[in-house]
Amino acid sequence: MARIAGIDLPKNKRGEIALTYIYGIGRSTAQRILSEGGINWDKKAGEWNDDELAAIRNFINSEIKVEGALRSETQMNIKRLMDVACYRGLRHRKGLPLRGQRTRTNSRTRKGKRKTVAGKKKATKK
Amino acid sequence: MARSIKKGPYVDANLMDKVTAIAEGKAKKGVVKTWSRRSTITPEFVGQTFAVHNGNKFIPVYVTEYMVGHKLGEFAPTRNFKGHGGGK
Repeated sequence: MARIAGIDLPKNKRGEIALTYIYGIGRSTAQRILSEGGINWDKKAGEWNDDELAAIRNFINSEIKVEGALRSETQMNIKRLMDVACYRGLRHRKGLPLRGQRTRTNSRTRKGKRKTVAGKKKATKK
Repeated sequence: MARSIKKGPYVDANLMDKVTAIAEGKAKKGVVKTWSRRSTITPEFVGQTFAVHNGNKFIPVYVTEYMVGHKLGEFAPTRNFKGHGGGK
């Protein structure tokens, strides 16, 4: 089994796809890594030999930020926005969308599940 | 869409004049009152306090180096949401 950047890659997927199981690597980055190492994109991850594995590991270590390092960088960026108290930082604090979307309806991804607030009782008609 | 790099950051001319005057010691150091929320914060602004208008009053903004590249308006919120309902 191929282990790269602390992640077990699925051995019976094509290399190009298998690499995308690593956080921070998508299709195009995976293709770049494989071309750089001179490996066929279609070769299954389980079939890589030690040289190829070493080449992939080397390239990822030296050129690309993945997994923990990438996650912490993103967190730092968000934290910086919150610390300088700019508009985007305030939106992060409140858990609302940052880029001017409407919040009257929708934005459920940011706001989470609906929390119903008891409405005022309507005056009954006489 | 982001602004073209070729043009450089946008700063209102009168604001830039005031800041450079303070930097060169021609003007007294102090709070710079401004309505120019659209001005980008440049490295020269660091350490300066601005009173940025939010449409109602002036919000004091002390500029640190992490703020460079943002606009002044981002630090003076125009809406003040106090929450819904809550008792009569």
